[in-house]
Amino acid sequence: MRDALEVGETRDRLLTGWGRTNPTRASVWSAPSVGEVAQRLGTLDGRGVIARGLGRSYGDAAQNAGGSVVLATALDDVLDLDLTKGELTVEAGASLDDVLRTLVPLGWFPAVVPGTRSITVGGAIASDIHGKYRHGSFCDTVSRIRLATPGAGVLTAGPDTESEVFWATAGGMGLTGVVLDATLQLQPVETSRMLVDTEHATDVDDCMARMLEGDERYRYSVAWVDCLATGRAIGRSVLTRANHATLDDVGSMTPTRARSFAPKVRVAAPPWVPPGVLNRVTVRAFNELWFRRPPRERRGELQTISQFFFPLDAVAGWNRIYGPRGFLQYQFVVPDGEEAVVRHALERLSAARCPSFLAVLKRFEHTSPGLLSFPLQGWTLALDVPAVGATLGALLDDLDRRVADAGGRVYLAKDSRLAPEMVPVMYPALDEWREMRAAVDPRAVMTSDLDRRLDLRGRTHA
Amino acid sequence: MNNALGNVQSVLVLGGGSDLARAIVRELGGRLRTVVLAGRDPGSMAPAVAALRATGIETVEAVEFDATAFETHDGLVAELFLRFGDFDVVLLAFGVLGDAETAARDGRAAVEIVETNFTGAVSVLVPVAQHLRSQGHGAIVVLSSVAGERVRKSNFVYGASKAGLDGFAQGLADSLHGSGVRVLIVRPGFVHTKMTQGRDAAPLSTTPEVVARAVVDGLRRGRTVVWAPAPLRYVMAALRHLPRAVFRRLPL
Repeated sequence: MRDALEVGETRDRLLTGWGRTNPTRASVWSAPSVGEVAQRLGTLDGRGVIARGLGRSYGDAAQNAGGSVVLATALDDVLDLDLTKGELTVEAGASLDDVLRTLVPLGWFPAVVPGTRSITVGGAIASDIHGKYRHGSFCDTVSRIRLATPGAGVLTAGPDTESEVFWATAGGMGLTGVVLDATLQLQPVETSRMLVDTEHATDVDDCMARMLEGDERYRYSVAWVDCLATGRAIGRSVLTRANHATLDDVGSMTPTRARSFAPKVRVAAPPWVPPGVLNRVTVRAFNELWFRRPPRERRGELQTISQFFFPLDAVAGWNRIYGPRGFLQYQFVVPDGEEAVVRHALERLSAARCPSFLAVLKRFEHTSPGLLSFPLQGWTLALDVPAVGATLGALLDDLDRRVADAGGRVYLAKDSRLAPEMVPVMYPALDEWREMRAAVDPRAVMTSDLDRRLDLRGRTHA
Repeated sequence: MNNALGNVQSVLVLGGGSDLARAIVRELGGRLRTVVLAGRDPGSMAPAVAALRATGIETVEAVEFDATAFETHDGLVAELFLRFGDFDVVLLAFGVLGDAETAARDGRAAVEIVETNFTGAVSVLVPVAQHLRSQGHGAIVVLSSVAGERVRKSNFVYGASKAGLDGFAQGLADSLHGSGVRVLIVRPGFVHTKMTQGRDAAPLSTTPEVVARAVVDGLRRGRTVVWAPAPLRYVMAALRHLPRAVFRRLPL
């Protein structure tokens, strides 16, 4: 957004997601207090409302063309911090960056963090985000939320109370209501450093074998895959896995220094980048450099939390390097036993010569109970591609079908192009979710561009 | 809704009988769920409706629309948006060529051309733009013509009506800036269609399919103007700057 909205102000804005595709106009209101959010939901009509945080959903999840958008970023108070139990209660507009700056020096850390600090707690719940931790997604670590709904008032929900509402909201793309605040379960950490092991894999099969064999020794695991590699090198990758470093690991540092957390933005992408800067040649060169970067194996390297979890946060506005036409991220998951789909996807993308930076391959060891949650036990692959061309569309449509046939799914928080008829196939609990949604929002006040595009309410089937 | 790769889900065609419009709808392709063809004679559009339904599009309807029945436009547009919901694309495709010789000598005949091509278009696009503005997204595609870029003596009434339409569309586009609604102006040359049947093809003549591809590509790329075929842009850039005395003598 051009200039920030004053708290309490309402203004028309063109909004896009992080991929900068499909701008639509909405009336954006920067909510001054959670009380006023709850009140306003009861009075809205017309083209409905969706909550928006820091705009890191890649597609159109936090846009509402012609309707209202509640900007939640001013709702960022810490309501309670219990350092004995490791529980944090914050308002939903608090960013992960705020949370980490508060918690890390005190020796606590969220159980699940994604690839950026620039997300809000509310957005993390609505997308049921995941990260390099394999045994749970964000909502598995949330013990309670307060949810403002248009039809049922403010509800307190969690895995133990109003659990149907909770699991419809976890991953529910903000369409059950506006999360006002949430209580998160934390894990203790001795330092703000990570103990990282790096190794190279020669192709995708080698990479998967290494992950299956060694992942249990690490809390976090991720592989960076070169999508432009061809032939025998398809899926060559760099595997980085880590545990939180203990005080013993960091040597002679004082506990205060060992828990310091002061991430910096090193550079910013220029405000305008012409189309086509990222092309096959530049991306291939980048990927080549990444894989040539020595050494091929490194054990026990100390990295900061930011280096390990949030490498891209060091470049402000990196999404702009894709130029004015924007980009999209394609992320899917397939269950164990369907490894062939991952290989197939890499082969197709490699053959299509999409200029894609390193793709990310991860494992999930759990399936999230959220009705529209993405995580499914198995393998997940994510990659960014410039949003150009009809051929890319047809290729991704083909991959969608392969993924769906394998019992997998595409991640809605990243999506900007899925066909609506794929959603019931990929998300078999969709009907159950629709019922819960109708129960808390009978007048259909909560809506978004994603909701309309994917027909999540099921209007046309009703 | 439009998606990140420029695929649209719903389209309203004003001038649903037009060959060009049908080619464009076919080219818009696989994500279409709603197509409304509005034209003077819904009965004659039945084969087109059936063909589109056969491609798997859920909702395809033909509705009656008369470009010169100005007083009906507001109500009809309101009804269509109410009945079918959001339109991602509204395609303005109606127009008459008329007989240039007659129009040059008969005021009534000239007014008929202008009323359809210009007044009718303005009359229906103003309420369309209003509805798109309130839905906060969408695109208006206006089929203009190279004939409007510099009006030639051989069909100056038609040319003037398209020049007016083109100017209106440019101004409309600018007035919609920031509203989430875009306008794409299409300037085809001579296209082989029902409208031009029996006439001598001009140089750089083209087919509805070529125009359709240019339109869909223009929508994907967020263009404001497309020429079909593309080289016409440079031809017209040259013609536009010819001195009147020279232009008048050209056999155009």
